[in-house]
Amino acid sequence: MKLNKILKNTLLVILACFALSACATKKVSTGQMQSDVYTGTDTVEYLASGVPDRVFFATNESVLTTASRETLRKQAAWLRKNSDVTVVLEGHADERGTREYNLALGERRANAAKDYLMTYGISSDRISVLSYGKERPVDSGSNPLAWSKNRRAVTVKAN
Amino acid sequence: MKNIKFILSTLLIILLTTVKSFSLIEVDITRGNLNPLPVAVSPLSIDVKSKKSFENLLKKKDIGEEISLIVENNLRTSGLFNPLNKDAFLQAPDIANLKPRFEDWNLIKAQALITGKVTNIEDKLRVEFRLWDVLAGKEMMALAFTTVPTNWRRVGHIISDKVYERLTGEKGYFDTRIIYVAEEGPKTNRIKKLAIMDQDGENNKFLTLGNELVLTPRFNPTSQMVTYLSYFRNLPRVYLLDIETGMQEVVGDFPGMTFAPRFSPDGKKIIMSFAKDGNSDIYTMDLENRIVEKITNHPSIDTSPSYSPDGKFICFNSDRSGYQQIYVMNSDGTNVKRISFGNGIYGTPVWSPRGDLIAFTKLHKGQFYIGVMRTDGTGERLLTENFYQEAPSWSPNGRVLIFYRETKTDDKGEGFSAKLWSIDLTGYNERLVKTPTDGSDPSWSSLLSD
Repeated sequence: MKLNKILKNTLLVILACFALSACATKKVSTGQMQSDVYTGTDTVEYLASGVPDRVFFATNESVLTTASRETLRKQAAWLRKNSDVTVVLEGHADERGTREYNLALGERRANAAKDYLMTYGISSDRISVLSYGKERPVDSGSNPLAWSKNRRAVTVKAN
Repeated sequence: MKNIKFILSTLLIILLTTVKSFSLIEVDITRGNLNPLPVAVSPLSIDVKSKKSFENLLKKKDIGEEISLIVENNLRTSGLFNPLNKDAFLQAPDIANLKPRFEDWNLIKAQALITGKVTNIEDKLRVEFRLWDVLAGKEMMALAFTTVPTNWRRVGHIISDKVYERLTGEKGYFDTRIIYVAEEGPKTNRIKKLAIMDQDGENNKFLTLGNELVLTPRFNPTSQMVTYLSYFRNLPRVYLLDIETGMQEVVGDFPGMTFAPRFSPDGKKIIMSFAKDGNSDIYTMDLENRIVEKITNHPSIDTSPSYSPDGKFICFNSDRSGYQQIYVMNSDGTNVKRISFGNGIYGTPVWSPRGDLIAFTKLHKGQFYIGVMRTDGTGERLLTENFYQEAPSWSPNGRVLIFYRETKTDDKGEGFSAKLWSIDLTGYNERLVKTPTDGSDPSWSSLLSD
């Protein structure tokens, strides 16, 4: 059948894409970045022992990586134990975008993290969101590694 | 500003003569001008008594010469004129203003000549000036103004505008101001203040103290109001500032961040983005009755809205296609159409005051461009390329764009700076706009004396 053939071809193309993207990932992985998401610990602070305060994003993305979800689950567990603590989720972007779009992108990233914390039982009225766009980089470098550290959502104690 | 009201109500524009003869001189501003028109700006003549009195009042030795320098500088920076060196002038300013010896001016290759006279009349500044066509040996224009002496800079700008208009056939943009964000401090923790200055970088004034982050100020096209984003009390919201009174008020007091504000062309509404739960949409607020309308309704980021000059359309930035692109819709939000289809991503669309073009920022292969396209997206033209630049704002005559540029830092993360730049619509005449500190997010006012 024609349809079958099309499906087969599509599948092949998809598989090819996977293979390519896997290669691409390997290529730029420097031990500090995977794809272009920061995986290092430089600039990371801790809400408590073993509870990192921030998660990182790919360029133009607000999708949480597996590592980010793990970090947020630790944060949620810590927040459940410390039920009097309220937090501000600060969303940030790198400098490679227009100011206004980056404000919206920072807000989107902070909300992605907030939503995840909420699915782990943290009430929305304990979490406020604040986007800084590209206004508060942690790394002043103009290179891919610096930018990857700056694309972040940081959970900051508010009280 | 009190000054502006004063000048508008009391400025006496006396047409000394009404010469409407067809002139030989014409400056074409639609093309890059590689041969700017040679013009002689004679120092404005001044009598000894007036000179002394203005020296006391304004602390300027020769106010006639100072005003002529403003004119000279404006004409030069426009890129359309080439003011000639004063050392070569053969005729004394006072005689030249009465009756130029055209042969003398012709000899130094001047095609146009500006002469004038300054007098003190009852502690007011009276300035008359004349524009001459050297080749035709004719007076093209003669005007006189009387105003308070402290307005002397504006007189220089108004003369520049009149000369520009007479020679190009289009309104000038010299008697205007720029509002922008003044920046200082390390890249990771910039101090930002609202600042305002004359278009030529003079009379710089800071409008906020730098205690909170402020971004994206924009002029109201019809009055001395500014809308901007302030992080006052860590709540990023759209504010309104009256430059005359210094009064500030929040206008976008929504349950979340409001940002990317601009006025409607009639100045009665503010259009802005409101971000909530990870989604940014475009809203308007009527400043009179405070009625809020939601204009876009889409789960993508919709921001950077800008009205067409007739108020009928809005261009904006959205990532609904996956990446940032430029869209145009009716002012009620209907009939949304994507107009940017080139390679790369597009942001910060701004509608030209002439209505025919949209200026934008484009990111392609790691470089940033300022460009223009027609309002249907055709005819894309990139004017300038750099490591980072964005946020163009139009001069009121739609011939020049001002924007900001940031530098790449070195290996140690040092060497960051942000500066204002301008470029002609032709893609020529790129210039650094001088500011006392670093600067970003410039917005050009309308013509103050129009």
